[in-house]
Amino acid sequence: MPRFGLKTGIWAAAAALFLLCVGFLGFQYSVRGTQQSLTSGMKLGTDFALVDQNGAPITQAAFEGKPTLVFFGFTRCPEVCPTTLYEMAGWFDALGEEGRDLQAFFISVDPERDTPEIMKGYAEAFTDRVTGITGDPDEIARVVAAWHVYAARIPTDDGDYTMDHTASVFLIDRKGVFRGTIAYGESPETATAKLRRLAQAA
Amino acid sequence: MNRIAILLSAAILGLSTAVVSAHDYKLGSLEIEHPFARATPPNAPVSGGYMTIRNTGNEPDRLLSGEATFAERVEVHEMSMDGEVMKMRQLADGLEIPAGGEVVLKPGGYHVMFIGIDSQFKNGESRNVTLTFEKAGTIELDFKVQDMKAMQDDMKSDGHGSMDHGKMDHGNMKQGG
Repeated sequence: MPRFGLKTGIWAAAAALFLLCVGFLGFQYSVRGTQQSLTSGMKLGTDFALVDQNGAPITQAAFEGKPTLVFFGFTRCPEVCPTTLYEMAGWFDALGEEGRDLQAFFISVDPERDTPEIMKGYAEAFTDRVTGITGDPDEIARVVAAWHVYAARIPTDDGDYTMDHTASVFLIDRKGVFRGTIAYGESPETATAKLRRLAQAA
Repeated sequence: MNRIAILLSAAILGLSTAVVSAHDYKLGSLEIEHPFARATPPNAPVSGGYMTIRNTGNEPDRLLSGEATFAERVEVHEMSMDGEVMKMRQLADGLEIPAGGEVVLKPGGYHVMFIGIDSQFKNGESRNVTLTFEKAGTIELDFKVQDMKAMQDDMKSDGHGSMDHGKMDHGNMKQGG
């Protein structure tokens, strides 16, 4: 019995410490946000091996050579994700020819539930200019960290969960260099102006 | 000139009022205006439902829960932005409708969340939902399914302002009261 108690105690202490760390990191993050911690000109991301919405392998190389928009979300997201994808479609329409080089990716932060099929149906409902990416949860976690994205599983009462996540769209130039973000709810005029600059940059 | 302008705005006002009042409900001292749900992409497992709930009574009420045959669960949620991070929380104690006030459920704030929907929500359809309030009891509502464009057009014309999802000030969410 005493041994059991000690073991349980150690586990409880470890768990508490872990939660404390997670809580602290979360707090740190929410205080600073991505805008302050990311600066234009830095390289974001990491090499990865995931799958696109057609089930084909995709790597970080897909983000290079073309001005690129990267958005993190999930398909059980009732608000931010459908709105952002809808707005993206609007930006591409508004830019027309000027935006023909731009490409966009929608990376799932909920890969366990977002299969390539689900990602494909979801993204294509808004535009054929956005490609969904999902895959191995550990690999997704590495990508999320390398993009300084906040994504956290929030349990709900019924034993299910939802995701809190960074809602901004990341802008990457042809050389793969981070050039800024488009915030959630940013006006279409500002968003398209940023995309025009991104498309024109060498 | 002025008369034309007045007539025109009266006509527009009349038109939009007619559209809105065609889709209002009453339950005890609660008035529920234009319940609508977001059209979904194929395979999407969730959708959000929105409406304005007005409480003409002297006591606060509370939207507790919902039920629908097309969804596994219907929950009351609040979305908010913390910097660049989107957060969503189930309101376990429900959503208070203050006495003499109104609460607007709209994109970017409070919503009824339909989880595990059995079919795609398509623009122009409607979905039957039962909502339960703490004091007023239960009511069946038809949520009009609207795509983003229809939602935005509606928000521009119904006097509740734009979606302004960029700045989600919760102080503005509960109006009146």
